[in-house]
Amino acid sequence: MNANPAIRQEASSPQTSQPVVEAKGLGLTFETNDGPVRALADVDLTINKGEFVSFIGPSGCGKTTFLRVIADLEQPTAGEIFVNGMTPEEARRNRAYGYVFQAAGLFPWRTIEQNVALPLEIMGYSKAEQKERVHRTLDLVNLAGFEKKFPWQLSGGMQQRASIARALAFDADLLLMDEPFGALDEIVRDHLNEQLLDLWARTGKTIGFVTHSIPEAVYLSTRIIVMSPRPGRVTDVIVSPLPKERPLDIRESPEFLEIAHRVREGLRAGHGDD
Amino acid sequence: MTVATDTAPTRTTPPVFLRAVEGKTLPILIVLGVILLIWYAFTVYLNAPWQIDAYERAGTEWTAADLVRDTMAQERPVLPSPHQVVAEIWKTTVGTRLTSKRNLFYHAWVTLSSTLLGFVIGTALGVLLAVGIVHNRAMDKSVMPWVIASQTIPILAVAPMIIVVLNAIGLSGLLPKALISTYLSFFPVVVGMVKGFRSPEAFQLDLMRTYNASGTQTFWKLRWPAALPYLFTSMKVAVAISLVGAIVGELPTGAVSGLGARLLAGSYYGQTVQIWSALFMAAALAAILVGVVGIGQRMVMARMGEKP
Repeated sequence: MNANPAIRQEASSPQTSQPVVEAKGLGLTFETNDGPVRALADVDLTINKGEFVSFIGPSGCGKTTFLRVIADLEQPTAGEIFVNGMTPEEARRNRAYGYVFQAAGLFPWRTIEQNVALPLEIMGYSKAEQKERVHRTLDLVNLAGFEKKFPWQLSGGMQQRASIARALAFDADLLLMDEPFGALDEIVRDHLNEQLLDLWARTGKTIGFVTHSIPEAVYLSTRIIVMSPRPGRVTDVIVSPLPKERPLDIRESPEFLEIAHRVREGLRAGHGDD
Repeated sequence: MTVATDTAPTRTTPPVFLRAVEGKTLPILIVLGVILLIWYAFTVYLNAPWQIDAYERAGTEWTAADLVRDTMAQERPVLPSPHQVVAEIWKTTVGTRLTSKRNLFYHAWVTLSSTLLGFVIGTALGVLLAVGIVHNRAMDKSVMPWVIASQTIPILAVAPMIIVVLNAIGLSGLLPKALISTYLSFFPVVVGMVKGFRSPEAFQLDLMRTYNASGTQTFWKLRWPAALPYLFTSMKVAVAISLVGAIVGELPTGAVSGLGARLLAGSYYGQTVQIWSALFMAAALAAILVGVVGIGQRMVMARMGEKP
């Protein structure tokens, strides 16, 4: 795509040792009417700058909960977690991350450009700056030309791209994505996966990505966190040996299939107790 | 309409009859015709006993045709015929000076002004209460039962009290009457707006939280626009019952002008034609008010990018 080579070069040299998210002994227990539910137990994890980390596991394994703890949408009940060296609440107040939900959740009464401008309005950017950023981020997700459209005039995949643009508009270094492509069909999903990798390469963001699709996790990630339920915990961490440049057909290569196999084994082991 | 233009491409406008058949006009006309027929039948049936009585007292010979004609032309019929009502409405609107106290438009305006004032206050009050209920747990628990209880008290019982109490503290004229409209109209607005303000989904509220948006920002950028469709739906109900409130407010208070006063005066003097014409004026007024709110709704929703 229309990648600016200068940006790409800058982005492709991440300072791998700089931690963005650090969790130590993290646990979260929900008090429900049926008694306590341990959503997370003893999670030790560090996400470094520029990494693309996927969380994969069956439902109830706490992968979404972990992402929500990073975003200060849930409060941990044990252990500690730092985002950019701060508590999640401080990080949220500093607008340290952009969050993409499973549903695009664009406001139907706003046009695409107004939707992307929403966080900018809230954060008090000037009109001129808003305009410039909306233009830039819509370009980044290949939605230039759709500024004046309302969400219902766009396909599901385009809506999700607009919601990614909304999360990118204020230039947070960390992008948290909670099954962003889960509701889309496979062809659209492949396409968006390709675009997301391209976007990641161009911007050098740190990405935390929740999914339940093995090929998606393997294709996108530099590191895959395999989780298991009851209580939600990390069972395997796989560092991907795949190169940074990944054409779609890399998914037929032996390396790819080997990682996918290991992820599948990890998921099966986690399921052993039921 | 498309069918008519397709089959006759040379004609620019399809015949009126065809348009009526394909549109809503014909069904409406049929229903209207049936209602009129039933009405006329009842006019004859209900007014006949008095008419036959009158014939017998006067000792006149009469035929069925006489009976039908005379039952539709009584001065104080049990049920006036449609054309009598139309004639009365015509006489008291177009046929009378606008400034005259006998002009029905004058009375309609008196009722309308208190309806509108009561509706505006009621809508504002309803929105404010809903904002409180959504944002404050204590209000959520405490206010809603009272709001519901307020509507179980018959308005006919409350109306004179409001007038008397407000009079005692020196308030008279338009405001007390309008407050009776307010009493009725705030309710659908509270209920609708509480639902509307709570209509955003949990993740949309989470989204605002990730931006570290303030409560005010979340309200104006998410809750308020999400609630607007609910506001218009509630306002349609509210404006119609505001009119009912204004009319009821005129009944027990000895008001001399307004549609309610016309209804009451008509029933004192057995002027059924006057009652019916006031009723029709009230119905027309309600239809116009609801229609105006509907137009406002369509304009706002179009600006908010609603799917046509």
